[in-house]
Amino acid sequence: MTALPSIAQPRGASLGLARETRSARRVVGFVVVLLAVLVVWELAKWLGGDPWRIHGTVLGLRIDYEHLPPTHWRIADDLSLPHVWDVARAFVDPAQRNGPPLGLVLAGQALFTFREAVIGFVFGGLLGLGLAVWFVHSRLAERALVPYVVASQTVPILAISPIIVSATKAGWLSVAIVTAYLTFFPVTIGALRGLRAADQRAFELFRSYAASNRQILWLLRLPSSLPYLFAALRIAAAASVIGAIIGEIPAGIPDGLASAIINYNQYYVTAPERLWATIILCSVVGLVFVGLVKVAEGRLLRGRYRTLDLA
Amino acid sequence: MTDVGAAHPGASTPAPDVGRAVVHTTGVEKTFGTGPTAVKALEGIDLEIGQGEFVSLIGPSGCGKSTLLRLIGDLTTPSAGQILVNGKPASRARLDRDYGMVFQAPVLMDWRTIARNIELPLEIMGFPRDERARRSGELLKLVELEGFGGKHPWQLSGGMQQRVAIARALAFDPKLLLMDEPFGALDEMTRERMNLELMKIWGQTATTVVFVTHSIPEAVFLSTRVVVMSPRPGRIARIVEIDLPHQRTVETRELERYFELVTQVREALRRHEPDTTTMDELEAARIRAEGLG
Ligand SMILES: Nc1ncnc2c1ncn2[C@@H]1O[C@H](COP(=O)(O)OP(=O)(O)O)[C@@H](O)[C@H]1O
Ligand SMILES: [Mg+2]
Repeated sequence: MTALPSIAQPRGASLGLARETRSARRVVGFVVVLLAVLVVWELAKWLGGDPWRIHGTVLGLRIDYEHLPPTHWRIADDLSLPHVWDVARAFVDPAQRNGPPLGLVLAGQALFTFREAVIGFVFGGLLGLGLAVWFVHSRLAERALVPYVVASQTVPILAISPIIVSATKAGWLSVAIVTAYLTFFPVTIGALRGLRAADQRAFELFRSYAASNRQILWLLRLPSSLPYLFAALRIAAAASVIGAIIGEIPAGIPDGLASAIINYNQYYVTAPERLWATIILCSVVGLVFVGLVKVAEGRLLRGRYRTLDLA
Repeated sequence: MTDVGAAHPGASTPAPDVGRAVVHTTGVEKTFGTGPTAVKALEGIDLEIGQGEFVSLIGPSGCGKSTLLRLIGDLTTPSAGQILVNGKPASRARLDRDYGMVFQAPVLMDWRTIARNIELPLEIMGFPRDERARRSGELLKLVELEGFGGKHPWQLSGGMQQRVAIARALAFDPKLLLMDEPFGALDEMTRERMNLELMKIWGQTATTVVFVTHSIPEAVFLSTRVVVMSPRPGRIARIVEIDLPHQRTVETRELERYFELVTQVREALRRHEPDTTTMDELEAARIRAEGLG
């Protein structure tokens, strides 16, 4: 019991490096998969898409190339699966005659939808956490209400959202409520689990200190729920983008991604690549939101929870 | 820790009647469940533990040692009988924060640093921040973990974590320390070191300790009295007075009297389980019995 054992090395240096390589690896993985998807996409079109040709001059070189795919698959034709470069070009082409590029328009709509999603996420998160805290303290409430919480998620959100819109008037509030409707559920379930996750003996320890329920909540239940809570919040973040888009539809909000989706759905036959561009932006919004939650999680939990240093 | 360094009360006389009774149980009984599946874990427990004593509970697995400790600590309630702690019902004593608890696992809060783990009970009991910091500093020194206050639990070895758990239990100067196989998960060498450490701390703090263990040498080395329990239902089979010198050191384990007492406790255990001879066999018998039932 004299020399201090050397088990607890400073973690910053070595693990910081490991963490950097880890995140670099993750980025590389993402890019590799993306490239693979694009390759498969174009390969499908190469084998079973519509014929296409390139002609023009590139760097003084005349190119005139025509490709005739050996077979024809419907899902690979230009209507179902536009060329990658057509989708890419859709972003820079003007959305309307003499208007700004579609990419810019979509980005504005994405930002609008993102804001709604964040509001709904906060509502849903607070509601979900509040319910979980309530259930943890009241078996009666838990038993009485959990079936309804579960049932709420079996009702299609599409059926609910017009009702919410008519009840609250169309606007950001109705969208936030629709979003919260989708997001509170994973948070309730995750938080409920997390609030009970602490070791049984930790609860006995608090009991032996004659700790109040409030102290047990703040000093034991909530801290030990955080890893579970954040896992749920990541799911909720992805769901909140869907919720916001679906909420915009009956509210007839023209500034968000929903109006773009509806719009380009109608013109799909003439310009399928625009819908594809919109779809890509929707998923970018979702990815960014989930990414932000992960960043917050890392900031809050790293170094404080064992699991996060390993994963 | 007002009497740090003070001589321990009852220094050379390990008799139970030194000081007033800290724990007093009369006719305590504990039954789990009801009807045909009910398990009678404890029966007829009459026990008196005096101020400053170190009492070990020993016996085969399932004889109700943990249950008795939990009853004293008001983590569960008796089916019959009475438990007084410092002259009060156990529930009152718990609300008065008379107990420090240490379990077999350290049960530290991962998200708190070592210092803040030690301060946890102080925080709950509303001690001011600077007082908390002062106490955790003192206790880190006491359990020889200075310099580790800023670490997180998983950065420490099992033995170090258990020392943190002990420091946490001592943080608010509880009148009674309840320890349930605190060194059971440690290897033999660490365990012996921890025993010496615990003796040092006990000598400095004048706390009364109730200590559950599986190990006969550990019980004899640490205790002023060893309570030998027998199973089905759990009863007190015998109480062995440990009349070793109050100062327990490495040499204590080489004393003639130490070996005699170890033998006494072993025979007390054996007498109440005639089919088996050693603790390991008691374990084995219990596992077999559970397998059949
Ligand atoms: N919460 C409980 N519910 C039902 N039975 C229990 C409970 N706790 C302990 N027991 C039973 O009481 C008996 C004594 O258990 P315990 O006090 O843990 O023994 P020991 O600590 O001596 O190994 C055992 O038969 C055990 O199965
Ligand atoms: Mg036990």
